[in-house]
Amino acid sequence: MTMKASTRQVDGVTIVDLSGRITLGEGSVILRDTVREVVGQGNKKILLNLGDVTYIDSSGIGELVSAFTSVRNQGGELKLLNLTKKVHDLLQITKLYTVFDIRDDEAGAIKSFTK
Amino acid sequence: MGKRQAMNSTRVSYTLESSLESVNRAEQAAYDIAMKSGFDEEEVGRISMAVREATVNAVLHGNQYDPQKRVTVSFETSPDTLAVSVRDEGKGLNPGIIPDPLAPENLLKESGRGIFLIRAFMDEVRFRNMEPGTEITLIKHVRGVDRDNKEDSK
Repeated sequence: MTMKASTRQVDGVTIVDLSGRITLGEGSVILRDTVREVVGQGNKKILLNLGDVTYIDSSGIGELVSAFTSVRNQGGELKLLNLTKKVHDLLQITKLYTVFDIRDDEAGAIKSFTK
Repeated sequence: MGKRQAMNSTRVSYTLESSLESVNRAEQAAYDIAMKSGFDEEEVGRISMAVREATVNAVLHGNQYDPQKRVTVSFETSPDTLAVSVRDEGKGLNPGIIPDPLAPENLLKESGRGIFLIRAFMDEVRFRNMEPGTEITLIKHVRGVDRDNKEDSK
């Protein structure tokens, strides 16, 4: 299953809904291009909804880290929403669970961004 | 693809091009073989991901997408063990100098987690310098006790 990404705006937060596999190649490129585009439009509050992400490999993890640091370096915030167990476990094993702000409730996540 | 069968073990070998398509093929083969070998769904996912990561390393870092170079992925199954070997034809790898991706200075690096994940997901990981290339062997033991318990509970 290839990866798909779509964006929507809720209360000043850009939510990127991702589905499918974030792996080396197409999946990682789609994520990178989407985040780049969203940031390029001046959006600084970004919530990546991973609820329908079925699989992620080390390249996909690297892409999440890259998105996180590039948004932060531009004065923005990037948070993660709705991790599946598989993705949750991977972020825990790689100690990235402590790096990302991870949320499981969209409304709460939106409110958590700096006003 | 070659297939050899001994008394209690089966060996299947794939010779693949240095491409992303090969990575997907190796991952799918690992998934299918691990399923047949009696691992539970979570372990199957971990095994196929470890094989994917090993094949990515072979294609990307070993052979560097060189169309002249091949990746060989071999699966050897016995009643209690699955052993997967992934061999490239690249310049070789020194596993002793791979940085720790959990170190604070590496935590936010974009790459460098593949071998760490392989080690986390498999029971044993071995590297062999093949001159040219590297062979990584990933071993996972079937949890016999768990299997017995499942059968007992039927």
